[in-house]
Amino acid sequence: MTKTTSILKVAFRAMGRNKMRSLLTALGIIIGVACVVATIGIGEGARVQTEQQLQSLGTNFLMIHPGTVTSSGARSGWGSNSKLSEEDVAAIRAEVPTVSYVSASIRSVAQVVYGNQNWSTSIQGGEVDWPAIRSWNVAQGQFFTDQDNRAAAKVCVLGQTVATTLFGTEDPVGKTIRIKNIPFRVVGVLEPKGGSMMGQDQDDTVVAPYQTVRKKIMGTTAVGMIMAAVSTPELVDRAQEEITALLRQRHRINRAAGQEDDFMIRSQTEMLARAEEQSKTMAILLWSIAGVSLLVGGIGIMNIMLVSVTERTREIGVRMAIGAKGSDIRAQFLVEAVVLAIAGGVLGIALGVGIQEAVAKLAGWPVAVTTSSVSLAFVFSAVIGVTFGFYPALKASRLDPIEALRYE
Amino acid sequence: MAASSAEPVIRIRDLTRVYRMGDSEVRALDGVTLDVAPGEFLAVMGPSGSGKSTFMNILGCLDRPTSGTYVLEGTDVSTLDRNERAGIRNDKIGFVFQSFNLLSRTSALENVELPLLYSRKHRLSDAGQLEKARGCLAKVGLAERWDHTPAQLSGGQQQRVAVARALVNDPAILLADEPTGNLDSRTSDEIMGIFQELNEEGKTVVLITHEHDIAEYARRVVAFRDGRIVSDDVVKERRSAKGTR
Repeated sequence: MTKTTSILKVAFRAMGRNKMRSLLTALGIIIGVACVVATIGIGEGARVQTEQQLQSLGTNFLMIHPGTVTSSGARSGWGSNSKLSEEDVAAIRAEVPTVSYVSASIRSVAQVVYGNQNWSTSIQGGEVDWPAIRSWNVAQGQFFTDQDNRAAAKVCVLGQTVATTLFGTEDPVGKTIRIKNIPFRVVGVLEPKGGSMMGQDQDDTVVAPYQTVRKKIMGTTAVGMIMAAVSTPELVDRAQEEITALLRQRHRINRAAGQEDDFMIRSQTEMLARAEEQSKTMAILLWSIAGVSLLVGGIGIMNIMLVSVTERTREIGVRMAIGAKGSDIRAQFLVEAVVLAIAGGVLGIALGVGIQEAVAKLAGWPVAVTTSSVSLAFVFSAVIGVTFGFYPALKASRLDPIEALRYE
Repeated sequence: MAASSAEPVIRIRDLTRVYRMGDSEVRALDGVTLDVAPGEFLAVMGPSGSGKSTFMNILGCLDRPTSGTYVLEGTDVSTLDRNERAGIRNDKIGFVFQSFNLLSRTSALENVELPLLYSRKHRLSDAGQLEKARGCLAKVGLAERWDHTPAQLSGGQQQRVAVARALVNDPAILLADEPTGNLDSRTSDEIMGIFQELNEEGKTVVLITHEHDIAEYARRVVAFRDGRIVSDDVVKERRSAKGTR
């Protein structure tokens, strides 16, 4: 038996002697570590979830919204008076080479009817680049063509929800539905996409050619929004700058003269940043609970170690009498504190993973138990054991062997 | 005096120990001079307050004298610091206490092994340590009970484990502080028999006691009073332990 194994053996024996006391002492650490593990895990799960949702929106994606307009000193809200035109779309396509796909877009809500079924849903108008920009392909049939768009053909593609609601098990491709009493031929059905970041069902939609929706359904000349996509994420910022410059030039906006943009570009990175901001608030809350709990847990360990040193004064005296140095005694009690803290840490990790799985299940998030969170929690508890175990261990090592042997 | 021609194992010159209590001073030891030769069996006697406990603490390197010198096996230990004294205790002194002082919930064998863990002298292998500890347990007649914890052993058996623990590092002296104080007379006789046996084999034994009949197991008796040695005699009618264990 070496000194190390002996120290460990004594430490475990001391912990096992007062099981209830050890458990209660470790409770602070258990809760603290559980918080750390759950915080990191839930945060990570939420981040992965957000990323997936943004990814489902389409990769490397830019949205150009019409901006606020000032007329006679009164500023109207975003998109109140669209200054975006089909010429802008054409200009971006022709003059911004960084952009690989571009599509005018327009959106409305209408009642769609098939046979005796009817359903209120969102009608989106897009151009041929729409599936590429949204990374959203058709599952059955095909997407409409550029020809369909130019001719304002009455064709449409259904989202999964709409397809199921109107057609049930029937194959919708080739059938005719009525949107605002206008007959549209269904040419395809989109892949299922799932919920959006805001919790909306993205599959509850009908996509038709931009020109058709603009002229036949909305009867307007304004472009609702321009969607664009670049080939790699690194190009997003550059594309944003180039589009801004182009549109300012086209709309004759002089920033130097204090004129404001009449459009607004939002990129995916920007939305990602906003989502991260929100999860940060929650993380700060959980981290502070974890911090307080770990501090309280550490104080609990210090307290119980001081009690233990007093209880075992005689044992310390005996050990010193047979030749234990102060450093041997110090190591013994330090190891006991660390063993207690790590035992609490291990239980805390188990509890934290449990909490995280439960939350992930409730929120429908992907579970992300990272090795980094587990090892971080482990290191945390060891550090607490050393920090709060040091003073009691030092106290034990400084006992006078004569006094300690006489202690009753 | 039972002094022999050999170099003494304990050589004490003019030892004093003064405790300060507020403004007053208490001279617990007041100029003690003593030599103990290897292989002696010395009993230190005296009533409480005579300074024999203070003497034992210094002899056991648990405490330092205020003045005077104490040379143990050729090493002056009167000026060593805490850690150095811990090393000396481990290396050269085998303690046996009145209240046994075994570690509870720890097997007899592990108790005996304990000093080896703190040893810096001869680092034995695991197997070597076990063998050494088992040998010492066998010497006190407890080889078969190596896995018993103190709670499972009688008082006499616990004290034998304590003797085995004191022997495990081959100390220069066995220092027994009232080793029979918690035992009945028959068990006391057994324990004193073990000390006599070890002494026959050449071990130097120093026994601290206040009982005359226990002191009579020794070969030489030193009596303390008021911090001084008042008598130093050879035991004339030596008691020997009855029967074997």
